[in-house]
Amino acid sequence: MRTRPKLVVIGNGMAGARLVEEIVARDPAAFEITMFGDEPYGNYNRILLSGVLAGTHDAKDIFINPLAWYDQMNVRLHAGVRVSRIDRDRQQVIGDDGTVADYEVLVIATGSSAFVPPLDGLVTDTGRYRDGVFVFRTLDDCAAIRNHAAGSTRAAVIGGGLLGLEAARGLRQLDLDVHVVHLMRHLMEVQLDESAGEMLRAAMDRLGVTTHLGRRTTAVLGDARVTGLMFDDGSRLECDLVVVSAGIRPNVSLARDANLQVERGIVVGDDLRTANDPSVFAIGECAQHRGQVYGLVAPLWEQAQVLADRLTGANRQSLYRGSRVSTKLKVMGVDLAVMGDKEPAQGDEVVHYAEPGRGVYKKLVVRDGRLAGAILLGDPDAAPGLLHAFDREHALPENRAELLFPFAGSTRPGGPASAADLPDDAQICNCNGVTKGRLAQAVQGGCRSLRALCDATRAGTGCGSCKPQVQQVLEACAGDAVADDPASHYYVPGVPLKKPDLVAEIRRRNLRSVSSVFAALAGGVEDPKSKAGLASLLKTIWAGDYEDERDARFINDRVHANIQRDGTFSVIPRIYGGVTSAAQLRRIADVADKHQVPMVKITGGQRIDLLGIPKDKLPDVWRDLGMPSGHAYAKAFRTCKTCVGTEFCRYGVGDSTALGIAIEKRFQGLESPHKMKLATAGCPRNCSEATTKDIGAVAIEGGRWEIYIGGGAGSKVRKGDILCTVATHDDVLRFTGRFMQFYREHARYLERTYDFVERVGIRELQRVLVEDGDGVCAALDAAVQAAVDAFVDPWQEGAVPIHPLQFKTVATRTPAESMA
Amino acid sequence: MSVAATRHSLGPLDQIPAGEARVFSVDGRAIAVFRCRSGELFATSAECPHRGGPLADGVVGGHAVICPLHGYLFDLRTGQPVGRECAPLSTYRVTLTGGGDLTVDLA
Repeated sequence: MRTRPKLVVIGNGMAGARLVEEIVARDPAAFEITMFGDEPYGNYNRILLSGVLAGTHDAKDIFINPLAWYDQMNVRLHAGVRVSRIDRDRQQVIGDDGTVADYEVLVIATGSSAFVPPLDGLVTDTGRYRDGVFVFRTLDDCAAIRNHAAGSTRAAVIGGGLLGLEAARGLRQLDLDVHVVHLMRHLMEVQLDESAGEMLRAAMDRLGVTTHLGRRTTAVLGDARVTGLMFDDGSRLECDLVVVSAGIRPNVSLARDANLQVERGIVVGDDLRTANDPSVFAIGECAQHRGQVYGLVAPLWEQAQVLADRLTGANRQSLYRGSRVSTKLKVMGVDLAVMGDKEPAQGDEVVHYAEPGRGVYKKLVVRDGRLAGAILLGDPDAAPGLLHAFDREHALPENRAELLFPFAGSTRPGGPASAADLPDDAQICNCNGVTKGRLAQAVQGGCRSLRALCDATRAGTGCGSCKPQVQQVLEACAGDAVADDPASHYYVPGVPLKKPDLVAEIRRRNLRSVSSVFAALAGGVEDPKSKAGLASLLKTIWAGDYEDERDARFINDRVHANIQRDGTFSVIPRIYGGVTSAAQLRRIADVADKHQVPMVKITGGQRIDLLGIPKDKLPDVWRDLGMPSGHAYAKAFRTCKTCVGTEFCRYGVGDSTALGIAIEKRFQGLESPHKMKLATAGCPRNCSEATTKDIGAVAIEGGRWEIYIGGGAGSKVRKGDILCTVATHDDVLRFTGRFMQFYREHARYLERTYDFVERVGIRELQRVLVEDGDGVCAALDAAVQAAVDAFVDPWQEGAVPIHPLQFKTVATRTPAESMA
Repeated sequence: MSVAATRHSLGPLDQIPAGEARVFSVDGRAIAVFRCRSGELFATSAECPHRGGPLADGVVGGHAVICPLHGYLFDLRTGQPVGRECAPLSTYRVTLTGGGDLTVDLA
């Protein structure tokens, strides 16, 4: 048995314990793990402490990992042992009980402590806080406060920040008369602007919490037991319980004593390594990354994932690049979501809405058409959309009101506000029959991100249209414990890069095969879920000039047909523009007879589908058809549906059939992040439904064509946006190709054009593709031309397979030979 | 009663393209043999326990295969499903002889 390297983690809070969870999930045998935690427990969800204080949660309900978990995972936990020093020369950690632990890798996750301002009378002669004065940071603090509250009538909370208000909420639930004393002019000044702070104060008034703003506390009054507070203007407040919640300070003294570089926090790089010791790392509230010290849970979970990737070797390239901070919470029963900047920078646009009567306040800070920050008070419905737009940096709708009032008007006919309000037996995912109860159960079982939840339940893995509702259930069940899954920003889950970075790395390192991408950019770890997406991307980047590893393709793309539920395949030959002939139909009929095709069907894309063909018969069927592939199996340009246009239709104003045929001939087989279905319509009656296609061209009077992009009528119904209106077939072909290429280069894998166009925004697309605002049109046109030139009909492989067993499932075996 | 494993020869390795899998019919059983790009070999029952999908047509990566029909993922080393609930696959020992032939052991 190999000896495992020794990992020591100082801190058993949200960051330290999460890191260990992430490590053992990747490789339980990677390290011999020792942890130190100065509380005598397993680890618990600190975010829920105010619930424990209020009595809505039992202390035992907020444990994430009980002590037994550490045993099961073979993690040696020194619970209740405070680390007294780190000896970096000997690579040892020394506990205050004399424990000595050797390390090869050390992670400091000491979190932060309550900041307590110096106040007269705060500390008694014994060196303890005066009886009745508490900080609010740990389970023990909670128990002590609750204990004391039983004999108290009026509580004062010093500090009107997030934690102070949480404490106030808890105390109010215990039926105390609660006063919040705050030094600043408005509440929660870190997260809120003045108007929102005032709105929150009014809401607290209604709940019976009194606020004292702009007050500096100078002394704690009382003899043995606290009797009141004194302020700098000489006034007093009588009270018999005080909670000091004036902010938090990173716990950095251990690191500082060990001569690690410390500023506000322990300084770490994108690899989360300390600046001056390659074997020491820091994460969580004690760490300072790119000048930021984070006090929220989402960044700390991202850090834990990255560090676990690096330490276990699951992905040694993984980097933490900082977090876009957003949070959604309830303060004093008031729903609040805040993200990014609360005040505008120069040139920003600010959108405001205030409704003091209902306590609703909304503010957006818009920069370059994207959300730079937002405050949302008293309206939980608008939060998911805003958080999504903020996280993904989506282009905002021109009409900002759509974001502020997502359910205004007719789009939501009186149904429940959110999937969270549905009963447990309500079916959320209609493709896989997943109920809300099943989702809630999976969240209880530990799924904390949308991807984990979808993976575990299969919800959202069919058509994907239920993902927003799955997200709502996740948020409702997990609360603040929802983790932003960094992989959701990657092009494929197994390579930790967003698409533009991935494309740049592939070009820079000249990577021409899927296996070389895994080797160079994913630490050599081959992820099956990422292979098909990478194969598609390489073909887009290098056109015909890449190393085509067939195992990276989905089966449909290996055998150029669509796999069916019984393992047979469907064959759809190309019928350009849906225009066929008697001779072609006769040939198809003959093939159907000869091969005893179980089902012949007209498709929605105006073609003919031969269903139930065994894999090894595919080459014969193709040969007998003598027609090119219709690509009905591929993530590629599929078909261009047409109406009869001017040739016969008495209304037609444009020749839609000739245009549709030209489009299919030009773009057939062009690979893309997802399928592209096109249509052309000869007049605005739109019989071919061109306005709900990925790209559609509609003829209008005056000999012109409107080009629609981003339409769809599948699991999601969306009318396309008009990219531009042009005069000729050639113009339609040019803009079609240009948009296709832009989509190929910029969309995430499996992102349909209707999501892509919404994400980028039609104005931006017009600027780039029509006005040539970035000067890239010539390059896009050239790139799509190269891709078109590289086209080869894949059905030619029927005659010349790329491997003798390409179309065989069962290997031909030499006669069985038993060797007992 | 213990049953000794029986070793069956499956013929040359190059029947399976690198990174893919093929089905071999052995003693009336359909066995999928996976040839990973790492060089590792695995053998499992050929049908997905979920809805009978042909696992040999799946995408293979690392130590896992994804069923082509509904995306169920299995660990080839243990046959266990990953991430979703499903019956496990049967696994078999597969080896490469010095002469480059595949053999599989059936209990």
